Amino acid sequence: MTIMILYYVITAFFGAVLFWNFIKSKDVQKAILYLVILMPFVLRVFYLK
Amino acid sequence: MRANKEWIVKGVALVAWTVILVFAGVAFAQHRQYQETVVLGPGVTEVKKLSDYYAPLKGSTNDCNIYVLDSGTPGGTLVILGAPHPEEPGASLTAEVLVENLVVIEGKVIVAIHTNRSASTVTRPGDAYPQFFTIPTDWGEKKFRMGDRWANPLDSWPDPEVYVHYPSGQLLAYMDVRNLNRTWPGKENGSLCERTCYALMELIEQEGADLAIDLHEAELEYPIIGTIVAHQKAMNVAAMTSMILTAREFDIGMEISPLALHGLSHREIGDYSDCPCLLLEAPEPFLDRVRGITDEALLLTGKDAFVMKAGEHGLLYWPIDENGWPIDVRVARHVRTIEEISVVWTQFHPDTSVVLTGLPTYEEMVDNGVGHYFLDPSSVPEDRIAYE
Repeated sequence: MTIMILYYVITAFFGAVLFWNFIKSKDVQKAILYLVILMPFVLRVFYLK
Repeated sequence: MRANKEWIVKGVALVAWTVILVFAGVAFAQHRQYQETVVLGPGVTEVKKLSDYYAPLKGSTNDCNIYVLDSGTPGGTLVILGAPHPEEPGASLTAEVLVENLVVIEGKVIVAIHTNRSASTVTRPGDAYPQFFTIPTDWGEKKFRMGDRWANPLDSWPDPEVYVHYPSGQLLAYMDVRNLNRTWPGKENGSLCERTCYALMELIEQEGADLAIDLHEAELEYPIIGTIVAHQKAMNVAAMTSMILTAREFDIGMEISPLALHGLSHREIGDYSDCPCLLLEAPEPFLDRVRGITDEALLLTGKDAFVMKAGEHGLLYWPIDENGWPIDVRVARHVRTIEEISVVWTQFHPDTSVVLTGLPTYEEMVDNGVGHYFLDPSSVPEDRIAYE
């Protein structure tokens, strides 16, 4: 259970980093790619998939 | 100007991303939270929870309903494990047909419809699995969750690099730590599936079960199909059942549980308790790798031109023709096999007899369809309804 909680924390951290990269990126193509990658992280953190 | 254009594109992408996320999230949540309605048939005397046998499981996704059908007459105790793999719906539907129709004359029958409930709350979108399927009944359509082979990662995460089976130490595939038919006999402080198997072993011990039956379906490309896999303590029952059914009603084989293959119900339950286990396999073309369109129709009709073509090339271990393997036939096979096992068991073990009645015949189930044997929830009081 502890490991599972830690993995959720790690997922939230990488989700936040990806979203921050989306904000900061000047390259629109890369920004959209960050969003696509972010989706499974968000679904997992919100306990949906 | 360029910065403005960049933020417009980002904004549009963010809106589209949010819409996709919301639609997908709602679909996933609706599937995970959907509750199937089960009408308690005339034989059901009590509905327990699995945590009644192992309290630490209380509140977890796998704290499934345990239906007790007690005749009140001395005899043996038969445990039916439905849907350890919820992508094999013939198993859970069979268990539900038992709960809604079976009456026990001697002994006791204990049924779990969703043994691995967590795995019934997730599907495989990457394999195009449908989220739900419906069965026509005499009173309307009945809706069921389609599940997966493995427990939901939302309940059991992360998987190990290699799954080391307890207590044998045998190395198994990493995802099988979430496979309820690889985690027997269970582990008290293990993963969700290991704890679930531990709780089921507690059930078997505390109820003094004499025989367990584990229900499955399999792809036609898989050699263990259309058969009864038997622990050596119950080989005589499996062999006699196989011979009787093959001679009179439909082909069903019998195989001996391998001694060195660990984690499976037909091996570990009998090794770690006084209760031998028989595992039943029915053919499910939906699971074949060579299948065509993966949809609810294939799941329920079991008809697939690509699987048939594989059969023509001798690549299958079980026959298939244009009639396919409909869900009605698959459930009928399981129901009849369970009934015949109880008859043979009683002949071999009259001191722990299990006598059943109220079940439809094989022909009746094939002709009328499995939906005919699901009771109308609106026709019974609320206290005769359970939710899965």
